[in-house]
Amino acid sequence: MKAIDERPVQAQPAPAKRLKKHHAEDLVGRSYTSICVALLIVIIISIVYFVASKGLATFIRDGVSLGDFLFGTTWDPEGNQGEPVFGVLPFIFGSFATSLLAALIASPLSICASLFMTEIVPGWGKKLLQPVIELLAGIPSVVYGFIGLTVVVPFLRDVFPGQGIGIAAGALVLSVMILPTITSVAVDALSSLPRGLKESSFALGATRWQTISRVILPTVLPSILTGIVLGMARAFGEALAVQMVIGNAPHIPRSLFESASTLTSVITLDMGNTVMGTVHSNALWSMALALMFMTFIFVVIVRLLERRHRI
Amino acid sequence: MKAKLTDKIATFFIVAFALLIVAVLAGLIGFILVRGLNHISWSFLTSAPQTIRAGGGIGPQLFNSLFLLVLTLIITIPLGLGAGIYMAEYAKPGKITGAIRLVVEVLSSFPSIVVGLFGLLLIVNTFGFGFSLFSGALVLTIFNLPLMVRITEQAFRSVPKEQKEAGLALGLSKWKIISSVLFPVALPSIVTGTVLAAGRVFGEAAALLFTAGMSTPRLDFTNWNPLSPTSPINPFRPAETLAVHIWKINSEGIAPDAAQIAAGASAVLVILVLVFNLLARWLGGVLYKAMTASKRMG
Repeated sequence: MKAIDERPVQAQPAPAKRLKKHHAEDLVGRSYTSICVALLIVIIISIVYFVASKGLATFIRDGVSLGDFLFGTTWDPEGNQGEPVFGVLPFIFGSFATSLLAALIASPLSICASLFMTEIVPGWGKKLLQPVIELLAGIPSVVYGFIGLTVVVPFLRDVFPGQGIGIAAGALVLSVMILPTITSVAVDALSSLPRGLKESSFALGATRWQTISRVILPTVLPSILTGIVLGMARAFGEALAVQMVIGNAPHIPRSLFESASTLTSVITLDMGNTVMGTVHSNALWSMALALMFMTFIFVVIVRLLERRHRI
Repeated sequence: MKAKLTDKIATFFIVAFALLIVAVLAGLIGFILVRGLNHISWSFLTSAPQTIRAGGGIGPQLFNSLFLLVLTLIITIPLGLGAGIYMAEYAKPGKITGAIRLVVEVLSSFPSIVVGLFGLLLIVNTFGFGFSLFSGALVLTIFNLPLMVRITEQAFRSVPKEQKEAGLALGLSKWKIISSVLFPVALPSIVTGTVLAAGRVFGEAAALLFTAGMSTPRLDFTNWNPLSPTSPINPFRPAETLAVHIWKINSEGIAPDAAQIAAGASAVLVILVLVFNLLARWLGGVLYKAMTASKRMG
């Protein structure tokens, strides 16, 4: 009897000492994790600060007007025809055209894939497509660019007039790259739908397509739009794959199969050949600032869509 | 009758489009492997590239990619784990937590080229690390950190609440519960996520163009002094990775067999990504058995 009484007393250290140890452990944990989070915040603030300070120098120090920069159609940073001109409208146009077109191609495919996985054959459909989507997401962008260059461009050259390079080639390559983004968001939304919704529609005698088109899709529309915006954001920022297939001509193309440029492709190609601090280099930084600004806009849109979905 | 016909047609299209995606993937992988595999040989994997003559390999690039991956993971894992644990366990819902969440979201959607340019400005030029593996690893850390944070947070959140309560009932401190009760349970999904993220690091090129550089010095694989400029394990030397190499030979390759080298290198890259995918699943499963009580209880 005595021995049993004694054991817990021996096993437990004095309460004060234990509390001290607890405090020390918690202090270590809390400070370690807080430092990591603080670092994240430092990183983002410094990215925004440095890119903005470089990008704004074009307008503040070098005296390029914002209007000429955003809406000018001539890009002649070396001043081959007199004064250097920095009009980036062709690149802004190229970026928007490729990413919008890519979203337009990828969205219906993604929606069908997600419906296939959740509504048509939820069992083996998911087993078949889930790894496919993951692998498509895993293939590196330079490999997409390489395939674009060796398959898509020659195909377009044979079928359509022109060189094959251009916005159409860029959009096709990008559409495969953003397929996984849209699909996985759509699948998440579809599989978290309450069961009753679908069952009540079937109970009313609706066919599967009527249920999908009139009940399921309208309900998950904000989520699908979120996925499309995320995909577009990815397409907008993608650099190398697009650069390889778009042709990189500094003008607004007259057709989809004519050489064009995007913001990212120009930065990729020119940044290595310019001297830091020159107007040309600063103009490239301004384009990076524009890319960053677009990222913020995409994030805001996604946030707004998510808020709508919650209600 | 009409509704049923529409239903059949719609179903047909959905199935057709879904199968089209499978066909696209099969075509992609098939094309890469068929075009690339016959070019892969031991000498291709180990020899240095040639600039103007045919017959160059991808040895240094392959080594750089792997080395850069290791460096990046060494920096990313402790930081990502810490921030993820903070988000899952310490952060209270409120304005500040919302702001951190926004930071993670924005950071993960930044185009990699913008992050690369930032690295060029700050790490390469201002801090003076130059075009080096170290600069590249730091930039990839920025690029990978939000992903790591999200993986860790999700893994910790999916640990059953009872585990935490059991720890509290034992009178453990919060950090002790996190490190010895929750962490082992969360580890399998963290490892799976990390390996998948590592596969992404492999393919990343845009951010590395301006930080790790587009060239590799002549490496002497018998020199293991980490401070020597020709040593492969010197982290402060410029290093062209496999993905950057593929981009470079496709954009400006002048070797006569540039197309075959690009095909071979792409095949190697895709195979590595496939291996990482399989490894992630396998490792996750093994760790789940080892770290949780599922085996000991049974």
